[in-house]
Parts: sequence; structure tokens; C-alpha cells
Amino acid sequence: MEVLVATAVGVLTAGGIYLVLRQHTFPVILGLALLSYAVNVFLFATGRLAFNLPPIYSDGAVSYTDPLPQALVLTAIVISFGMTAVVVMIALSAYLSAKDDRIDMTPDAGDGA
Amino acid sequence: MSLFLIAALPFLGALLPGLLIRAGRDACAIVTGSVTLLALIGLGVNAPAVLRGEIVTARIDWIPGLGLNANFFLDGLGLLFAGMILGIGLLVIIYARYYLSRNDAMGRFYTFLLLFQGAMVGIVLSDNVLMLLVFWELTSLSSFLLIGYWNHLPEGRQGARMALAVTGAGGLALIGGMLMLGNIVGSYDLSVILESKDVIQSSPLYLPALILILLGCFTKSAQFPFHFWLPHAMAAPTPVSAYLHSATMVKAGLFLMARMWPVLSGTEAWFYIVATTGLITMVVGAVIALFKDDLKGLLAFSTVSHLGLITMLLGFGTPIAAVAAVFHIINHATFKAALFMTAGIIDHGAHTRDIKRLGGLRTLMPVTFVIATVASLSMAGIPPLNGFLSKEMMLEEAAHTVWAGSHWLLPVLACLGALFSAAYSFRYISHVFLGPKREDYPATPHDPGIGMWIAPGLLVVLAILIGLFPKTIVGTLVAIASGSVIGGDLPYYSLKLWHGVNPALIMSGIAVAGGLVLLWLHGSLDKLWNALPRPEAKRIFDIVISGLTTLARFFTERTHNGSFARYAAIFFVFVFGLGYYAYQSGTMVAADRTMLDASPVAIAGWVCLIVSTLCVVTFHRNRLLALVLIGVTGLIVSMSFNYLSAPDLALTQISVEAVTIILLLLALNLMPKETPVELRSGRKLRDAVLSIGGGLGVGALIYAMMMRDLVQPSISEFHIANSYSGGGGTNVVNVILVDFRGFDTFGEIIVLGIAAIVIYALTESILSTGIRGQLLNRKPDFPIAGDAHPMMMVVATRVMMPIALMVAAYIFFRGHNLPGGGFIAGLIAAIALIMQYMASGFSWASARQRFPYHGIIGAGVLVAALTGMGAWLNEMPFLTSAFSYVYLPGLHKFELATAALFDLGVFLAVFGAVLLALESLSRYAWQPDDATEHAMDINPARDTAVVEEGK
Repeated sequence: MEVLVATAVGVLTAGGIYLVLRQHTFPVILGLALLSYAVNVFLFATGRLAFNLPPIYSDGAVSYTDPLPQALVLTAIVISFGMTAVVVMIALSAYLSAKDDRIDMTPDAGDGA
Repeated sequence: MSLFLIAALPFLGALLPGLLIRAGRDACAIVTGSVTLLALIGLGVNAPAVLRGEIVTARIDWIPGLGLNANFFLDGLGLLFAGMILGIGLLVIIYARYYLSRNDAMGRFYTFLLLFQGAMVGIVLSDNVLMLLVFWELTSLSSFLLIGYWNHLPEGRQGARMALAVTGAGGLALIGGMLMLGNIVGSYDLSVILESKDVIQSSPLYLPALILILLGCFTKSAQFPFHFWLPHAMAAPTPVSAYLHSATMVKAGLFLMARMWPVLSGTEAWFYIVATTGLITMVVGAVIALFKDDLKGLLAFSTVSHLGLITMLLGFGTPIAAVAAVFHIINHATFKAALFMTAGIIDHGAHTRDIKRLGGLRTLMPVTFVIATVASLSMAGIPPLNGFLSKEMMLEEAAHTVWAGSHWLLPVLACLGALFSAAYSFRYISHVFLGPKREDYPATPHDPGIGMWIAPGLLVVLAILIGLFPKTIVGTLVAIASGSVIGGDLPYYSLKLWHGVNPALIMSGIAVAGGLVLLWLHGSLDKLWNALPRPEAKRIFDIVISGLTTLARFFTERTHNGSFARYAAIFFVFVFGLGYYAYQSGTMVAADRTMLDASPVAIAGWVCLIVSTLCVVTFHRNRLLALVLIGVTGLIVSMSFNYLSAPDLALTQISVEAVTIILLLLALNLMPKETPVELRSGRKLRDAVLSIGGGLGVGALIYAMMMRDLVQPSISEFHIANSYSGGGGTNVVNVILVDFRGFDTFGEIIVLGIAAIVIYALTESILSTGIRGQLLNRKPDFPIAGDAHPMMMVVATRVMMPIALMVAAYIFFRGHNLPGGGFIAGLIAAIALIMQYMASGFSWASARQRFPYHGIIGAGVLVAALTGMGAWLNEMPFLTSAFSYVYLPGLHKFELATAALFDLGVFLAVFGAVLLALESLSRYAWQPDDATEHAMDINPARDTAVVEEGK
């Protein structure tokens, strides 16, 4: 299971970085979304993996999984929504104002700076 | 009056002039003066105690952990300076009332002046070096505003910038030095530092700390080679020059040297740095002053010279020299402030300050003549004026001081300084007032009204009285202030005019005679001086500054060229470099956890996630497709949270997923649906290498972490153990959010609210431009569906809405004990409303939305804050929770917890923020004709009626 999670985090990170380095706003936003998945799963996994041990009191449970990363990730998910929303809005405003959604300010940014 | 109040009064009063200027210039000046007078009275109330030798203190522990305390203390030195600052401040306020013309914004001027006054008073009363530093910086800032007060004049702006650059740089050095000092002593309280002479002087950090502190003092007090900013600061209105550049701000450096004298002085380093700097400054300033044709320029360099004199005295390090320094501080303030004011009066009357264009004003401006003459003679050191007394003391000390084995160097140079000082003082009298009357004054010179000459007049009377009766007038003050400087027993000295024929008197005589000779020779010397090549300080300063600007621009343009992708690439490379460094330098224990088995379901989910992510990357140019694919990724992520014992996370992720996709769809509606092909394959290769490297690194890192147990026990154990007994909830994650780490959550809902409001504000500003028209006339990229509001969807969403809200309520209430809570409930409720927007149209939904979403966000934050504050009623810290169980007949026992109220705040903030963000985005696509006439077009009878009517 750990291998699966680690490879998933790796692939999400790689995809996220690749898209963040693109030249147009929309792929960058998608890249940020992938990176936030990667970061959230990463943080969550620092609490180590466990099956059927949710951190909710129940009779007969001997142990619980680590609740702290979960609490941190929960707010991180909501905050990353806020961040995505602001970035989307900035991208949209920039596109509407400039009729162009390239993100680099250099004049030849279309095919690389 | 409490010292806090004295220090705070000018700051509080600074609010008034700007408001009261509407009531007229007199009202404005009276109020400003009253504020200063009140502070002065407050000081006077404390004065008797200080003069008895007591030290008045006021203390508040502000941030004790950082050693930052709001401590004030008033000793002799503080009393002397505070008295000068407030007393001369009062005179300057009166003078400025008549000096400023109708075109000058007087309210602004007085506001700046009071701010400056407050900062100065703060410096001299501070008992904590950190607080002193804050006030120190405030004086730099407020003096910047004052020097640049005439901001329409380029000289004013340049002078202000130069003063800020030099004193600001010195201030930075001072911060370093003071922090070192605090570090050596272990306390930032001045009263503690002043007791620790031996510790400080034996520390290896003594010399660096000394140099840094002196840099701060020298720049502030315009000591050579930092003296050049002071003459350029003369572009300020004359009241500012009289106040800042004679009596107060430039003396802040002297004050600090005097304040730190007990612990810093007495070493060779102190003597050679401070005394030599002072000596050079005194001589150089006096020589330049003689050849300045601008009245204020002459006075500026003479101020530089006199500050050098006082610095030199402090540098001698002997108690008697310190007494002389204190005495000269008083005397210099009286005659120099008066002189600056007379310069302003002459400028006012004759419309020029150029000495070459003046002369013969004696009969035209008799009052000014008398005042300026007395003040100048005092500056020249002529008996029986006060300048003579302290100059004698200085010469006496210089005569006894050995510099690097030489017995004659100091006395000769000191005498030379005094000689030039006498010469320029005489020049101020003779070249301005004496001589024949001229016909070519730019304006007819005349004496001003009493309002303008009363202030310098008082100062001059004081100069005479101190000269005649030094012991009676200032004897106690000098004694008590010198006592604070020396920090021990006073040496024997006597403030009187006649000490008999001693070396000092002979040197004084030489200086006066030489001064007269120099004045006589001035014409030819002046030609020689102007022919000599001299380094121009301003040009050097400008070259240095422009060099720095070029350097900064070079680096900025290299690293900050506008390419976001480049920044991101640099960032990633740097982070990976750091990670690699950490991996290389750290130690790793062997893997000690056994791997969990992966079920077929998990493997299937993994395959879905990998494939969808790779597809997002591959097909990212087709934006709609990429959006669908990323939705798959998000769903798998939420499923895995659920699979791995994190039901709360799964619920949150899946609801955030829904709103994020809607958000992106709304944006995509208005953006291009395709991303153009990138041409450079080299770049793609670089990015691929970077991203694969990053992915491998992060994956390996988390794998290594998951295979090992925590090195130290986690605080999670505490949370799990105390969740029910301390927080009253069985869902530990929720209890952490609303209770253990409630303050974090409080911050997070505020951030979320701010994000939503930023989105709203951006929308407002974009839609108020011409873009709105373009959007209204936009041709959609795809044909619009024939039925904008399909009946099935409308009916389904409206039926769903109460159910969805009920689910939200259920999730909310059970949150404390089972998966759920404010975050998730807020998201679900938001989705319930968004469904209405989607199905029935923006206009329909917003017409039925009675509460603005900003209000909901605000209410959420307020509810959370008030809940937190409720703990204060029980005298508990912010956000301490309380809960109890309630038994009602016929109902199961249930719990009432303040945490639930806090969670309500979270709910409202999240709900409002999500909806405000989405609503703002939808407004871009709004078209005037999308409002349906009927709320819900599902009345078939009406449709038939329309059809029949048509027939």
C-alpha cells in the first residue's frame, strides 16, 4: 500500500511541476491543483497509513490513526480551494484585460522565454 | 503626569492640527502649542523629583519574552533633553505660525512636527533600548517628512531623501549595535545595561557594538564624514531647521553617546574614535561655514562644527569634559535656534538668504539685528554670553588632553576650530547687518511682527541670563544631567565667567583676535577657497546612490525578468537542492514498519489515479478534457482518504472537488478552450527532467517516511487521550479543529474570507471597465443549449435543496462526534445553493438571495471571534471551550458545547466564501436576457395559454 501511495504522490508531483512550468494560465492552474493533491496526500501520509482505524472514539478500538495530519490537511484542502479561486480569478481578469492568457511578461513568451 | 502620557501626548495631539486647520490657522497653532505646553507642564510636574536626584519611572511589560518592555524613565539627562525638545518645540510652533505663508498646508506641518516631537521625547525617555530604536527610526521618518515638507521643490525632496538614506543607514547600524549590547548584558533595559560596564567592556563584542552604535550616533549628529546631509536638509522650512537641526534631532546622536557614556566610554577605542571624529568635524565644519554664502548653509556647517565640539568633549571620556558637553548642549540649543529663526526672518523680510546680496540691514531690521548679534556673539564665545562659558571649558579640557602622545595637537586644533567659529559668527553680523545700506535687495527688508521675533528674543534673553548667572539659572540642571551622564560623583567645577588668566582664556583671546583677522581677510580668502578643488559631498553621494541603483537593477533584471516559468523553475531547483542537501547531511534509520497489503480495489484506484494524472498532463491542451480528467484524480484522492481511515478528509475533499470543478468550468466558459502548442522542445525536455526528478524525490521521501515510525512521540497522543475528556467530542479531528487548534482554524476562515473578498473586488474592478461591454457582446465559443433551464433539472434541484440543506445540518451537528463539522457542512450547503444557480439561472437565484455573502462571511468570523471571547467572561484565555450535557424529558441526553458555536462560525465563513467566489465568477457570464419571466416554467397551462393567444 505504501508503494502505491508513494508512487501516486510522485506522479502527482511530477505532473504538477510539469504543468506549472507551462506558458499559459490554465495548465498552470491545473498544475497547482495537482500539486495541492500531492501536498495534501503527502502531509496526510506523514501520519502513516492505517486501515479502519479512524480517529473517532469507538468501543473496542485498540488504537487510532494519527488525527493531527488529518486536521491540518482538512483546513489545507479548504484553503487550497480559496487559493485556486483567487488564482483563477486573476488569470481570468488578466485574460479579459489583455486578450491573452500567456503568463510570461517577455514579448517572445509564446514559445519560451 | 505619567511618563507614558508625556510621551504619548505629542502623538495623540498629532491628530488635531490636521483636523483643526479647518477652524483657521490660529486655532491650529494654538492647539498644537497647547499639546506641547501640556506635555511640558507634565514634565515640569516631574522635574522637582528629578532635580532632587530621584529617577521617575513608568513600566509596562509588553513582550517580556523578547525583552521588549514599554519602560520609561526620567533622569537628569532625560529631563534636560525633554525640556529642550518641548520648550524649543513650543517656541518653534509660535514662530512657524507666522513663518508659514497662506499657501503652506499648516495642518500637515504641525502634524509632522508633533509626530517628530513625540518620537524625540520617546527617545530621551525610553528605558528600553528596543523601544528607543523604534523611536529613533520614527525620528528619521518624521524628519524626512518635515525636510521634504515643500515637496514641490526638488531640493526639498533630494535633501529629505539624502537625510533619510544617511540617518536610516546609521539607524540600521545602531540596531545591530544595540542588539549586540543587549546580547552581552542579557537585558534590553537601559537601566540594567548602564550598570554593566565591566561586562560590556571585557566582552569581545565590545568593539563591534561600539562601532555600530557610534555609526548610528555619527550619522544622526552629522559627524564627519557623514556631515554632508545636514546642509542639504536646509531645504526644509526654517522652523524645521531651527528645531531639528539645531536643538533636537541632530542632538539625538549626542544624547545617545551621553546616555551610553557610563558603559562605553573610558576605553582607548572610545577616545580615539569619538574624540578624533569630533575634532575633525569641529574644524572642518567651522572652516566650510566661513565660506558659505547661504545664511542657512553657514548655520548648518556651524551646527556641524558645534556638534563636533560636543562629540569631542564626550570622547575625552573624563567627567569634567562630560559636564562641559552637557553645558554646551544647552548653550548651543539656545543661541543656534535663535540664529536659525533670525535667518528665517531675514529670508522673510529680504526674500534672500544670500549673504553676498545682503548687508546694511542694521537700521532696516533693528530688532532682528539685536537678536542676531547677541546670538552670534554667544556662538563666537564672547563674554559675558553663555557660549563663552562652555567654550572656555572646552578649551580648558582640550589644553590638558594628550592625543597619541602629542601634547599640542588637540589644543592647537581646538583653538583653530574656535578661531574659525569666531570668524563666521562675526561674518554673520558684519556681512548681513553692518556695512552700507544697499539699493538692490530683492524686497524691502523690515522687522517682522512680534509673533516672529518673540521666540528668538526669549532664547537670546536666556543666553544672556545663563551667561551672567550660570549657577542660578542652569546650575542644578547641569549638575543633575551631568550626574546622569557620568553615572557617579560629579567632579569639581564651577560655572562662572572669570576663572583668572588660564590657558583657556589665552586660547579664547587668540581665537577672537584671529577671527577678526579672518573676517578682515575674508574677501581674498573667499576667492582662494572658491578656486580650490574640493570634493563635493552631494556629487559623491549621488554617484554612490546611482551605482547602487544600477547594481540593484542589474540583479533584478537578471533574476526577475517577467518569466513566471523561470521563477518557478528556479524555485523547484532550489528546493530540490535543499532536499538533497538535507538527505546528504542527515542520518536515516532502517525501515521498521511492515508494509500494508494492497487490496485489488486499492490497486484499481491507483491505476485510475496514475492514468488520469498522466492523461491530464498529456491532454492538458484540450482544457475541457483536462478538467474532466482532473476531476477523476480528485475523486480517487478522496476515495483513498476514506480508504485510509480519514473519513473527514474524504468528505471535505469530495465537496471541495465539486465546487472547484464548477469554478474552473465557469472560468473556462470565458477563456480559450485550447492551449496553443509550445514550440520549444528543449524547454519541454528541461521541464520534463525537472518534474520527473521532483516526482521521484518527493515520492522517495514520503515512502521513506511511511516505512519508519516517528522518531519522537507525536503530540497526537495527547489529542487522542484528551479529545473526549477535555473537548467533549469523540471525533478527534473535529475537536482538534474547533478546540485544540481553534486559533489556527480561526485564522484560516479569515484567510478564506479574505480570498473570497479579493475575488469579489477583482470582479467589481474588472466589470467596471470596458470589459463589461465586450463580455455582454461576446459570441459564445459553442452554440448555447436550446433550453437554458431544463425543467427536469430545475425540478430536481429544487426538490434536492431542502434535502441537501438537511444533510448539511446533519453533518454539521454530528461533526463533534462523527465525521463532519462546519467545514464540510458549509461546503455541502454551498453546493445546495449553487445547484439552484446552475439550474434556474443566475438572475432567478440571486433575486431570492436576501443576505449578501460578504455579510455571511463577516458573521461567521464574528461568531467565531465572539465565541472565543466568551471564554474571557470565565477569565480563561481566548477560545477556551466549555461543554456540558443536557437531559430533557423525552429526549436522549445531548451535549451543548461552545465549540459547536465556533463551528457555526466556521460553517458560515466557508459557506459565504465559497458562494461569494462562485457568484463573482458567474457575474462575468451574466447576460441581460437570461432572467426568466416566470420563476419556474413548469406551468403547462400557461404555455398553452400563450400558444392559444398566438393563434
